[in-house]
Amino acid sequence: MATQALTTTVRRRGRALAGTGGRTAALFLVPFFAVFAIAMIAPVIYSLVLSFHSQQKSGLGFGEAKTVFVGLENYVQVFQSETFVEGIARLGLYCLIYIPCMVGGAVVFALLLDATVAKARKLFQLLVFLPHAVPGVIAALIWAYLYTPGISPLVQALQSGGIQINFLDAHLVLPSIVNIGVWEWTGYNVIILFTALQAVPREILEAARVDGAGEIRAAISIKFPLILPALSVIMLFTIIGTLQLFTEPSIISKATASVTSTWVPNLWAYDAAFIRHNLNQAAAASVIIAGLAAVLSLAVTRLSSRMNKS
Amino acid sequence: MSASTLSRSTAPSKQAPRGTGSRSKRGSSKRGSSKRGGSNRGGGFASKLTVNGLLIIGSAYMVVPVLWLVFASTKNAADLYGTSAYALGNFSLFENIANVANQDGGLFFRWLGNSVMYAGVGAVLGSLISVMAGYAFDKFQFRWKDSLFGFVLVGVLIPNTATVLPMYLLASLVGMTNTIWAVLIPVLCNPFGVYLARVYSASYVPAETLEAARMDGAGPIRSFFSLGLPMMMPGYITIALFQFVGVWNNFMLPLVMLQDQQLLPVSVGISIWQGYSVPQPEFTPMVITGSLLSIIPLLVAFIMLQRFWKSGLTAGSVK
Repeated sequence: MATQALTTTVRRRGRALAGTGGRTAALFLVPFFAVFAIAMIAPVIYSLVLSFHSQQKSGLGFGEAKTVFVGLENYVQVFQSETFVEGIARLGLYCLIYIPCMVGGAVVFALLLDATVAKARKLFQLLVFLPHAVPGVIAALIWAYLYTPGISPLVQALQSGGIQINFLDAHLVLPSIVNIGVWEWTGYNVIILFTALQAVPREILEAARVDGAGEIRAAISIKFPLILPALSVIMLFTIIGTLQLFTEPSIISKATASVTSTWVPNLWAYDAAFIRHNLNQAAAASVIIAGLAAVLSLAVTRLSSRMNKS
Repeated sequence: MSASTLSRSTAPSKQAPRGTGSRSKRGSSKRGSSKRGGSNRGGGFASKLTVNGLLIIGSAYMVVPVLWLVFASTKNAADLYGTSAYALGNFSLFENIANVANQDGGLFFRWLGNSVMYAGVGAVLGSLISVMAGYAFDKFQFRWKDSLFGFVLVGVLIPNTATVLPMYLLASLVGMTNTIWAVLIPVLCNPFGVYLARVYSASYVPAETLEAARMDGAGPIRSFFSLGLPMMMPGYITIALFQFVGVWNNFMLPLVMLQDQQLLPVSVGISIWQGYSVPQPEFTPMVITGSLLSIIPLLVAFIMLQRFWKSGLTAGSVK
């Protein structure tokens, strides 16, 4: 509201005085929209165009390939590809394990950090944020070693306890990669949620305490509902981030054969472009991934705005 | 849609006292928590033990893998596979660093330099571009403002990995693949930075100050560089920090765009060494030591610039 008032004054005076109108604004906006056009708009349009075309070689396969409009054929082929559908299913399963673990972990840790009896809050915040300073490639490498028998202290400890586990075999590799994601992102979201918790009015908590609500009760029925808006933003970015899953599986794929070259949709698209040299299918896959991101983020925002209203 | 969630979260920053920067915000939150510490009652010994115990376990999960990396980088190949993980073995850290430095005539430091260059230019220039756009969205009136900002927000939601392949194809059309520009130009684009900059501009730069500057005859460009930008400096640094980390961590873009090993950033370079280490285990200590060396700059930056990433996370997501 304050901003609205603020912008109207600016507008009123802006008309009287030259210098805040379209031409000046353009000067400030052109650099951004130039790179935006190159890095976002052009690729999206180009991949749409590519995805509706196909390279066809004439007759015997000699001579120049011709580009032909094929409508939705690439999309049909992508969806008929068993490996792509498996990749989507695997990504779905990944989300189902990863999101509750990571977001749940972050909520619990933030609530613990906000509990009145918590000590050394600053130190804990720094420690928990540490993994975010570790690039995805390095995080995946560290964990790849921690999963590798012979090097890993983890496997060794479990073995001496009589438990034989291969974190990289076909059944366990998905949760193992989930763990890398949880390790990378939980701390980041703990900080966001903890900051949101700090904004919870202390009077409300004081009143609850007077009414006899214990610390846990207050955390569940007062603090948690108040950080739901922050949580919905986190969900949004988590889902977009999860769809980008590429770095971790591509690093892990060098350590084990359980992760194939088409393990998740992004790897599939990379494989289509650079190994199978079918750029049109790669483009169609990219469009599908972007479309999936659009649908899911729309769903999350709808859901969260409904939750916030009620 | 998404715009509503994002713009809703800008509300608190706008209520914050204008022109005071993040220092005062932090001060007040600190006061809030110490007040709570003062009214600390009902916290029995058992609950104190449980809460802090769980916090320690959680932090250990975050820290131990990094500690392992530190210990592992002090070992040579034989010790790595032979001795207990946290035992010291023969201290070979310097030998490992020397091996990393000598491999392919110091290629590793070239990679590190490339990373610093890509991330540095992306952060300094990219953030300036974002801050200028965010400032314009906040302070100027122009046609199609809302729809243009809507575009920016849609840009936030498009997964980067979905644009990398088509961008590679476009770059190959104009013969730009395998040049530094193929990495540098895309990393300048940071729609989320524009969104953050708009929030910062609204809370740090009072319209009255600009108004006064205008009365005194300063043009909009001059008042941006001599008033707006300095006032938004904490926000600029925050956006730059996040962009630096984003570019430093970027993997798919350089992997796709670059073939010349001399141009690679350290993330892709190390992953190539990891590929070598599968048939040649003597590469493993170099991968580990190289990994450690490549995260030290970021760790230092994060510890030194705590104030900024915290304020950035707040502005970005907290209602």
